[in-house]
Amino acid sequence: MTAVLELRNIAKRFGGLRAVKSVSFEMNAGEILFIIGPNGAGKTTVFNLISGFLHPDEGSILFNGKDISRLAPHHNARLGIGRTFQIVKPLKNLTVLQNVMLGAFMHTGRLQQAEAEAGRILDFLQMSHWKDLPAHGLPLAALKRLEIARALATKPKLVLLDEVVSGLTPGEALALAGLVKRLPEWGVSVVGGVEHVMQVVMKIADRIVVLDYGAKIAEGKPAEVVSLPVVIEAYLGAKYKELPK
Amino acid sequence: MTLPDGNPAATPLLELDSATAFYGDLQALFGVKLRIQAGEIVTLIGSNGAGKTTTLRVISGVKRAESGTVRFAGEDVSRVPAHEMVARGVSHVPEGRQVFPFLTVRENLSLGAYTPRARPHLKQSMEEQLTLFPRLAERMNQLAGTLSGGEQQMVAIARGLMAQPKLLLLDEPSLGLAPKVVDEVFEKIQEVQRRGITMLIVEQNVVAGLSIADRGYVVQNGAVLLEDTAKNLLTNEMVRAAYLGL
Repeated sequence: MTAVLELRNIAKRFGGLRAVKSVSFEMNAGEILFIIGPNGAGKTTVFNLISGFLHPDEGSILFNGKDISRLAPHHNARLGIGRTFQIVKPLKNLTVLQNVMLGAFMHTGRLQQAEAEAGRILDFLQMSHWKDLPAHGLPLAALKRLEIARALATKPKLVLLDEVVSGLTPGEALALAGLVKRLPEWGVSVVGGVEHVMQVVMKIADRIVVLDYGAKIAEGKPAEVVSLPVVIEAYLGAKYKELPK
Repeated sequence: MTLPDGNPAATPLLELDSATAFYGDLQALFGVKLRIQAGEIVTLIGSNGAGKTTTLRVISGVKRAESGTVRFAGEDVSRVPAHEMVARGVSHVPEGRQVFPFLTVRENLSLGAYTPRARPHLKQSMEEQLTLFPRLAERMNQLAGTLSGGEQQMVAIARGLMAQPKLLLLDEPSLGLAPKVVDEVFEKIQEVQRRGITMLIVEQNVVAGLSIADRGYVVQNGAVLLEDTAKNLLTNEMVRAAYLGL
C-alpha cells in the first residue's frame, strides 16, 4: 500500500496544554481510516494540523511525499486535501447550491460549470431538495452533509470528515456512511474520519487510530481495536457490547 | 408508570393536543399529541426533521404553536412565553449544549437560577447540582468553553436544574459525546429522575435514549407515529429497522 498521507511524530501545544504528543500514522490509498477517542483527545487538532489550519510544533506531515507541515489551508486544498468542520461553517445567507459552488470555484472560474458540478454532488448526497434554500435555516444534520458537498466540490484526493453523522439516527447515519463509502467514485482516494458513532465506524472503517490525551494508544483493524482493554477503558466504556439483540 | 398511555386516571404533568407549528411557510408539526405523567422519563425518537426539536420548543414556549394546546400542570400554557415557562417549572436544555463559553461554570449555573422563584435557593441549589456532578465542582472558575464536551453537557443540564424545574426537556444530550461519556450522562439523567424530576428527552442515540426511559414516542413527519413503553419500542421491528439500522 502507498501512504498518501504520513504523520511523523507530530506534536502541538496550546500554551501549557500538549494537545497532540508525538503522533505518527499513515493513511493509505484506497483506505477509510477513522480516528476515535474521548472528547478532548486531540482528534480535531490532528485534522486541523493535516489541513493546515494549525501547524505542528514538532514533526512533519507528508502528502504524496511532499512536506506540507507549514502550508496554509488554501494551499493544502489546491493540493487535494478537503475537509468538513465539526462546528459547521456554511455561508449562512447563500443557498445550499451556492455554498457548494464556492467549493467548485477552486478549480473553475465558469459559473455554469460550477453550478453543474455542485448540482451533481447534491444529487449524490441526496440533498437536491434543499438546493435553493438558504443555509441558515437547515437542520444540523443537513448542514453536516453540506460540509461534505462543499469539500467534494474542491475535487479532493484526501477528504477529512469531522463528526459528519452526529445528530443522525442510527438508520440515517448508516445511510450516509454508505455514501461515504462511495466517495472514490468522485476521485477521492483516502477518507479520514473522526466519529463517535461506533456503529458507523465499525461498518465502514478499514483501520482505526485511537487517541487519548493527545497520544496514540492503539491502531489496527476495527474488530481488533474495539476489543482492546485500553480502548474500552479510555473510550468505549464497559457497556459497549450491550446492543439489544 | 409503564402503561402504554401513561396513567389516564391522573392528570398528566404535560399534555400536547393537536399541536401544529410552522417555520415561515414550512409546516413542522402536524398535530402532535402526547402526554407525560409526573415522574416519568419519556423519549422522543425519529428521523431528522421529524419535528422532535420543534416539539420541545413548543413545550418550552421558545416557539409558539400555531394551533392546538399545550397543557402543563393542568393549565393551558399554549400562549405562555418561554421566560414564563421557566418560572412555571419547565427547563429546556438545548441541542448542542449552548453553554455561555466565555462565562465560568459558576456564572453559567447562576444564570440558570435567574427566576424570582429559584433565586432565593441559589446557594442550596448549586450545592445540589455539584453533588450530582462532582466533576463540575473542580471546574467552577473555569470558562465553560474550555470544558470537554461531556462536561459542557453536564453544565447545560445543571444550569437547567438550577431553575428548579418540574419538567426538564433534554435535546440530544448524547450529541458528539464519546460512548463512555454517553453512559455517564445517561446515568446522571437517571439520578435526576430519582430526585423526582420529570423528563422529556429527544435522542438520536435510540438505544441509550430508550434504555433509561419509561415510555417513548416515535415522531415522523411532524406527528406521532407510534407510542409505547420504552421496552416495547426497543424490540419493535419497525423501530429496529428504521431507527437502529438493524
